[in-house]
Amino acid sequence: MNWLLLMAWRDSRRSRRKLLLFSMSIVLGIAAMVAIGSFGQNLERAVEHQTKALLGADLMVQSRDEFNDKQRAFLDGIGVAHSDQVLFSSMVYFPKGDGTRLAQVAALSGDFPYYGEVETAPPDGWQRFKRGEGALVEDSLMHQFGVRVGDSVKVGELTTPIVGALLKVPGDNELFASFAPRVFLRMEKLPATKLLGDASLARYRRYIRFSSDADVAAATTQLRDRREELQLRFDTVEERRGDLGEALRNLYRFLNLVGFIALLLGSIGIASAIQVHVRQRLDSVAVLRCLGTTAGQAFTIYLIQGAALGLAGVIAGTGLGVLLQQLLPWAFVDFIPIEVKFFVDAWSVLRAVAVGFVICMLFALLPLLQVRNVSPLAVFRRDIDHLPKRDPWLFVVYLAIAAGVVWFAITQTNEWQHGVGFAGGLAGALVLLLAVSRMVVWSVRRVTHASLPFAWRQGLASLHRPNNRTLLLMVSLGLGTFLILTLYLVQHSLVRQLMPDNRANKPNAVLFDVQPDQRNGVVQILTNQNLPVIDLSPVVTMRIQSIKGVAAAELIRSRARSDRWALRREYRSTYRDHLADSEELLSGHWVKSAAPTNEIPISLEQGIARELNVGLGDEIIFDVQGISMKTRVANLRRVDWRRLQANFFVVFPTGVLEDAPGFSIITTRVKDSAESAAMQRAVVQRYPNVSTIDFTLVLRVVEGIVSKISFAIQFMAMFTVLTGVILLITAVLNSRFQRLRETVLLRTLGASSGQLLRIQVIEFLLLGLLASLTAILLAVASQWLLVKFVFKIEFSLPIAHLAAAIAINSALTVIVGLTASRSVLKRPPLEVLRAEG
Amino acid sequence: MQFFQHDEFIPRFLLVTSALAAFAKNSRAKFRQTRHNVRVRPENRMNAEVILEVRNLTRTYTSGSRILTVLDNVSFQLAPRGTCAIVGPSGSGKTTLLGLCAGLDLPTSGSVILNGAALSELNENQRALLRNQHTGFVFQNFQLLPTLTALENVMIPIELRGERGAVSAAKQLLSRVGLGDRLEHYPAQLSGGEQQRVALARAFINRPRILFVDEPTGNLDAETAATVVDLIFEMNDELDTALVLVTHDFELARRTNRILRLRGGRLVEDSTTVNAPPRS
Repeated sequence: MNWLLLMAWRDSRRSRRKLLLFSMSIVLGIAAMVAIGSFGQNLERAVEHQTKALLGADLMVQSRDEFNDKQRAFLDGIGVAHSDQVLFSSMVYFPKGDGTRLAQVAALSGDFPYYGEVETAPPDGWQRFKRGEGALVEDSLMHQFGVRVGDSVKVGELTTPIVGALLKVPGDNELFASFAPRVFLRMEKLPATKLLGDASLARYRRYIRFSSDADVAAATTQLRDRREELQLRFDTVEERRGDLGEALRNLYRFLNLVGFIALLLGSIGIASAIQVHVRQRLDSVAVLRCLGTTAGQAFTIYLIQGAALGLAGVIAGTGLGVLLQQLLPWAFVDFIPIEVKFFVDAWSVLRAVAVGFVICMLFALLPLLQVRNVSPLAVFRRDIDHLPKRDPWLFVVYLAIAAGVVWFAITQTNEWQHGVGFAGGLAGALVLLLAVSRMVVWSVRRVTHASLPFAWRQGLASLHRPNNRTLLLMVSLGLGTFLILTLYLVQHSLVRQLMPDNRANKPNAVLFDVQPDQRNGVVQILTNQNLPVIDLSPVVTMRIQSIKGVAAAELIRSRARSDRWALRREYRSTYRDHLADSEELLSGHWVKSAAPTNEIPISLEQGIARELNVGLGDEIIFDVQGISMKTRVANLRRVDWRRLQANFFVVFPTGVLEDAPGFSIITTRVKDSAESAAMQRAVVQRYPNVSTIDFTLVLRVVEGIVSKISFAIQFMAMFTVLTGVILLITAVLNSRFQRLRETVLLRTLGASSGQLLRIQVIEFLLLGLLASLTAILLAVASQWLLVKFVFKIEFSLPIAHLAAAIAINSALTVIVGLTASRSVLKRPPLEVLRAEG
Repeated sequence: MQFFQHDEFIPRFLLVTSALAAFAKNSRAKFRQTRHNVRVRPENRMNAEVILEVRNLTRTYTSGSRILTVLDNVSFQLAPRGTCAIVGPSGSGKTTLLGLCAGLDLPTSGSVILNGAALSELNENQRALLRNQHTGFVFQNFQLLPTLTALENVMIPIELRGERGAVSAAKQLLSRVGLGDRLEHYPAQLSGGEQQRVALARAFINRPRILFVDEPTGNLDAETAATVVDLIFEMNDELDTALVLVTHDFELARRTNRILRLRGGRLVEDSTTVNAPPRS
């Protein structure tokens, strides 16, 4: 064994630097997996230790209506302390700067949070708030309007000083807070806002602290058992922990898969580098075999080199991974609602290292196996083929690689179908890239015409000369680019889908919670500002009492939990005499108006009809705020939910609900943010309860969130691209000797440095260009599949961005390629010719 | 900052490494056992006067649908300390015959018995062991390992056996071939003649019973060639080694006791040379 180690060491003498560089191919893949594995443990630990702070209490119950006597009686009997919260959306107004925006207002009583702490700036803000000195306002909202502590905020009719900026609240997701910035008030101040009318869309919550876990369990059992009677939704620390743990686990499993792709690419790079290395050593192997080395010994010598190479990559990757792990919380700060403590988890690191090393070695075995087959006779006969027609071990290694990838994917996705799907998808992408690359090489060979300029002919020829690395480079550069582009394109389609319709007369702002007596006033304000009233829909809230004579409660009991939502939900229905332009009648007939008689003909959206299992002519009795209303399904509609306007599951004919308590939704179109701000100011000053959603603002927030998510994913996908770059460098260095010979020969024959440079630029440019084009082709295809079948949205192509991607990729390839091969151009011809002789 | 959270990490790690070490030790012992397993069967035990016996040797290659017969029914014997030259035009099968004699390849039919062992009955590893223990090689293009120094190249056969004393033996032999001052040079730093002398030292370091030499002077100028040839015969004589020499050079062939002439894969002449110097 010692001699084999010694020989492996001696034999590596001239190529150690090169081998070390090859080992870098897997560094990024290992680093990503080490970092993510260990970070995952950090998350698990954080979730375990901070779960109580995830909710701020042991139990939270919630109702859409104010707690009734029955609910109150139950709630008052459990726990040792409680804190009430009323949550609703409302416009808030900042007198300083004259700004308004829709916010999530929370009125609080009691000592919430019981676990964890509310973070404010300045830190004493929370204490001042609890003493009733004023309101707390979302940090981002204060920044948006340039408001400071000490300035005031107006919520409804109440104007109160701001005592601090809200940074973090136990149980709240900061990502959602960016959608609807929060404003906290003390419960005592809620009446002064005069915002809670009869039909207000408020949520009533109670946070309860218990003395022991057993009490929590007893209370949740009761809540479950008496669900129909109490009608309360609830959330416990356990459930939050389960949900968050699962969500975070999904996140890091997904990231781990992205890291794994980088590792696989790196391993392919290692295999290809070792193949070149081994090919250069076949003569030495034949000599050793002559001198009495067994096939196994010769194989072991190069296996040791391969293992050392893998080990070097693994060690460097682990070091980099630990550093990277400290960066991850920064990349994912917006998704993680808890504080993550950094520590290096030895087992996760070891697991990542073991997976990385084994995968890398399996790939390395592919070229190494041929060492076993080198015949000693090759010392005499160079023409001997070292590889037998079929090496069964090669088949075994391929099988092991496939099994390894599938196994890893299954452990990461936790479902064998997903694991196999991932492995299959990856293999599919690789095969496609390989097929396209082969086709490209094949066609390049055919287009190389004698009429082309010399540099072009040479550059093109480099792509298909013997021992070319074109396939490897196209696959590695292509796969990285493909991954990043797919993510980008899908993101593009998603964001584009949310873009407000820019055609004139399409709404981009919605005013809701307009009370019946305010309707004319709001319309007047819009008219005064020359804004169109595009749509005005009255809304009446109701619940289902029975369907086809069977009580809703009974139906709920008979259905699976996931099928109950349609029966439980509160329906916000409208009435009108016409179909909206986002609707299409599918069956039945449209009823314009009806009298509030025994049976009211209604229109149902087709999806909800399917959920409720009703069809034309079926009877549904609605509970409209205490009054039973018998209806019959007169027609079914299809609704284009993607349209920015008020869409409804249930539409009543006119003449029935006009007198029911409700509110209206008005849509309009504003030209720009200034016009939007002026309109919002005018409305909020006169009708503080009316809320406005400016979709251009919402879009900006959505774009922000989507780009944060895609940044996090692209951050990981970047490892794949960088691995591609490393492979490019190693491939260029690997083929340096061949390049050197050709360059020297051309120089001897009189080629100028300029010509030689041009040849190389053309070669790398074509490589980058073809790899990008292949990647784009695949990315667009997968984007089309994803948007069509997964997201079910419209397909769109950002041509300019794709062109930029091609340009960047090609430029990068040229720069990296030229840098790695610059020494080739500088070597004096005689030196090379002498070395060869 | 907390590092290495799991207390059980170190004991488990130690357990795994010690298991691996035990496995490695076990497989090393098994490997040694196989290496000493080359035994001579009684029926192959031959006359002490024969080191190499070639019986009806035929070697064919398949090229596409054609079958090429490179060697056709060749037989001869060589006594210990005997020397012979294989001559013939290009493509007559000289090198193929040398490769078969040395166990680098196996015949299509017929047999080679080298030092009492029928090569066809040995597996690949046993043939490798036989080469290592009893044969030496000198090639036309030297075949030194480019990444090893002259000294290291010469040491390989002894190191392969796991024996001690490789350094001193290699140094001694390199001095013998006149390269005592070039021990640490790499092949690329040596001239063709010097490289061939290193190869010669390597061929003799395991005190082989038979030396296989393929066109030793093909890549050398006349003067260097003469020095190398003299060295081959001198050392052959000193160490009582049998010699099988493939050459185009008739003058060189005549320095052996016997000339085997091949044509088209057939042995067409087996003659004893008259003016070969007698062995002492």
